[in-house]
Amino acid sequence: MASPNDLNAAIAVTRFGLGARPGEIATAAAAGPRQWLISQIRPAGGADQPQETPETAGSRLRNFRLYQQDRRQMREGQGEVDPSEDPVRIAARMLREGPAVDFLARARLAATTPAGFRERWALFWANHFTVSGVKLITSVLVGPFEQEAIRPRVFGRFEDLLVASTAHQGMLVYLDQVQSVGPRSPAAAYLRRQPMPGVGGGLNENLAREILELHTVGVKGGYSQEDVTEVARALTGWSVGGLREAVSQRGEYVFRQNAHEPGARTVMGKIYPAAGPEQGLAILKDLAAHPATARHICGKIARHFVADDPPPALVARLEAAWTESGGHLTRVAEALVNAPEAWDPAPRKLKTPYEFLISSWRAIGGQPGAIEHISPPLLGMGQRVFSAPSPKGWSDEAITWAAPDAIIKRMAWAEGFSAVVAADLDPSPIAAGALGARLGEPVRKAVARAESRQEALSILLMSPEFQRR
Amino acid sequence: MTRIVPTRRSLLAAAGGLGLGVAFMGRAAFADDAVGRKKLITVLARGGMDGLSVSPPVGDVDYAGLRGRIAIPAEAALKLDGTFGLHPALAGIHALAQKGQARIAPAIASPDRARSHFEAQDVLESGASVVYGTASGFLNRALTAAGGRKVEALSVGATAPLILRGPTQAASWSPGAASEGSPRLPGILMDLYAGDPLLAPALASGLQTEAMAATAQGDTAGGMAPVMAGSGGVAGFVRQGQRVALSLGKTVAGFMTQPGGPQIVAISVDGWDTHANQGAAEGQLATRLLYLDALLTGLNEGLGAAWSDTVVVVATEFGRTARINGTSGTDHGTGSTAIVLGGALKPGGIIGDWPTLRSEALFEGRDTRPSLDMRGLFKGVLADHMGVDRAALETVVFPDSAEARPVTGVV
Repeated sequence: MASPNDLNAAIAVTRFGLGARPGEIATAAAAGPRQWLISQIRPAGGADQPQETPETAGSRLRNFRLYQQDRRQMREGQGEVDPSEDPVRIAARMLREGPAVDFLARARLAATTPAGFRERWALFWANHFTVSGVKLITSVLVGPFEQEAIRPRVFGRFEDLLVASTAHQGMLVYLDQVQSVGPRSPAAAYLRRQPMPGVGGGLNENLAREILELHTVGVKGGYSQEDVTEVARALTGWSVGGLREAVSQRGEYVFRQNAHEPGARTVMGKIYPAAGPEQGLAILKDLAAHPATARHICGKIARHFVADDPPPALVARLEAAWTESGGHLTRVAEALVNAPEAWDPAPRKLKTPYEFLISSWRAIGGQPGAIEHISPPLLGMGQRVFSAPSPKGWSDEAITWAAPDAIIKRMAWAEGFSAVVAADLDPSPIAAGALGARLGEPVRKAVARAESRQEALSILLMSPEFQRR
Repeated sequence: MTRIVPTRRSLLAAAGGLGLGVAFMGRAAFADDAVGRKKLITVLARGGMDGLSVSPPVGDVDYAGLRGRIAIPAEAALKLDGTFGLHPALAGIHALAQKGQARIAPAIASPDRARSHFEAQDVLESGASVVYGTASGFLNRALTAAGGRKVEALSVGATAPLILRGPTQAASWSPGAASEGSPRLPGILMDLYAGDPLLAPALASGLQTEAMAATAQGDTAGGMAPVMAGSGGVAGFVRQGQRVALSLGKTVAGFMTQPGGPQIVAISVDGWDTHANQGAAEGQLATRLLYLDALLTGLNEGLGAAWSDTVVVVATEFGRTARINGTSGTDHGTGSTAIVLGGALKPGGIIGDWPTLRSEALFEGRDTRPSLDMRGLFKGVLADHMGVDRAALETVVFPDSAEARPVTGVV
């Protein structure tokens, strides 16, 4: 009979973390499951970085713009181009290889980290502030966005995370903010006199709407269409430097005063006096502090970690920690770990495809060796690399991932994975190490009685207790 | 240049790259043979499809002024009547319209007014009057109401669309999914899943349809057009996309026409959220419309004689602002265009009234004002084409929908 401490250790590693590597559940049990999790929270350092010297969003944007410029010049007939310097080919390679490098590094970090809770916490926030690679250029910015805007701040204040996310090139490009121009701004007046092909010279409300609907107060947060438009006006000027700008500004966040809509703004009843970027910042700060934001996001945290339909008492605890600390995410993470509702032995969450694959590598003490090992199965199971279908991010609900087709795909992948790795493994200890006290008797027996090591490992990976957390 | 004859697997993978997803359901759903031949295909254009570009009201005096550089020029539009044309990318649909086999509803909307993709798709697919009103899809409930017995259902694609979710478990099949490991594994897992309300039915349905899929693959694999791989720049890429979409339409049609094939299909087409640089007669949106047109042409050609028993409804969660925005695109709006196609249509003009684009007619001063409730259109199609009981439509399928009167005279 497993002790409560053993069961909690298994829950700590598999539900709060990303799945157990061999021996990890025993480590958590020895440290005390709650303490093991609390010790992963790093108020000053933030989350881990997948790459030591990653390419930055700025350098990738600069390079991409340069290729575009070269391509224009090439089209305008400036002679033959050496294929090795063909800007179209170089840009295509950059679009192919950049995201692959970023994603593989992130997957290897997830598969090997001894601080799975810290990484899951970072992934939650990266998904909350989704930048998706569905637009060509944004695919090279998703990795840098996570590295630069999200990971350093996931245990800091929510307000700082919100500002960093909103001002990052990845978000500004993904949600069309870079092109948004205040209709009464000097830039708009200039564009009316001197129209430029492909430049609209007016407002785009995409980012403003998603900040309200998804990033802060939520769709029931009590804002109106006019509030969306006012936030959009306040954010005009938040942009990314182009090739005409000073070298130090190219590809970086810039505020364009001449594109900023003049005048005061009113958002959810409060007046914000005319200002430059401070106007948008003041609105973001108030949105971060709004009670609806705490409610909306604490509900999402509870849904991600515990259950699709989380216990209201858990959400209330998180909300209280958020409100008392002014949105300090370390306090919220601690409240999650200390909430008794989060330790319900019933595993309510179905793993997403990414979680399933990562936890499979962790179970055998391995890691993906190449992007080809992880990208195709994710595509097949419905979670294409860095390509959440919308700004809402990946779904956190089992029903999305449990289509019959997807379950068959998981089974086919588990068999293929097992065929490659099972030869040198002893399945019964692997099962015990992966699930600890969560391993049920029927699955333990089925693994022990399997006809081959491949079959045994497939059974483990497809077992209800491994598919759930 | 390499010439590749696609397998079903590569075809659907390529379709995935175009943002196309397919879900089938409703094999032998309806007891009676006449109804049993009927087919219903819904095409969900996700992201907010711009009705004013799909069926530009080029005869509306306010259209060109509101739209500026993204207006479809009157001379480029494919003429439908004195007011409306179709986007020049929709030549296949236009040819059907000329035969009375395609009609537009130019000012249609779900009951949702929040302009949120997620809320609006939820309301559209669930058939509820308010967001999160129900966790099942209206097509699933319509099938349950019509069949009254076990309904076979099938979805293709890694995630299940809400419109087909519900009490009727969707079986599923997907290219390349066939399991090639231990023949004992599925049985062992079925035993282990016995107590799991989510995994057990999902795996059972998945396994059940593997066999059916194997048959379908044999039937249709030879009939698909080759896809050319190679260079050709953007234009070549678009042409290749059109071929993939056309082939996908034919493949889906082949699946539906085999004995015991699905009666109900839901296809998702992504990529309509054109906030910036949406283009006019050519450009970003035009490319999506070329794919849509090719997909529908493929369905029409692939269904052959069965086209006369088929209705296709193309719908979106909301339309886009009547005015061009500041970045040569359009923002989230309200009313949009639905397209109804099929050999079974009754001829007629536009479905619903046209509120015009006069500034006082615009909804909240910015969007096409809806004159027709999406639920009314689906009620009419489900009753008149699929024979779903009218009382069930008003209660189970579309609860609290008294204000959405069924649209008659379409089928």
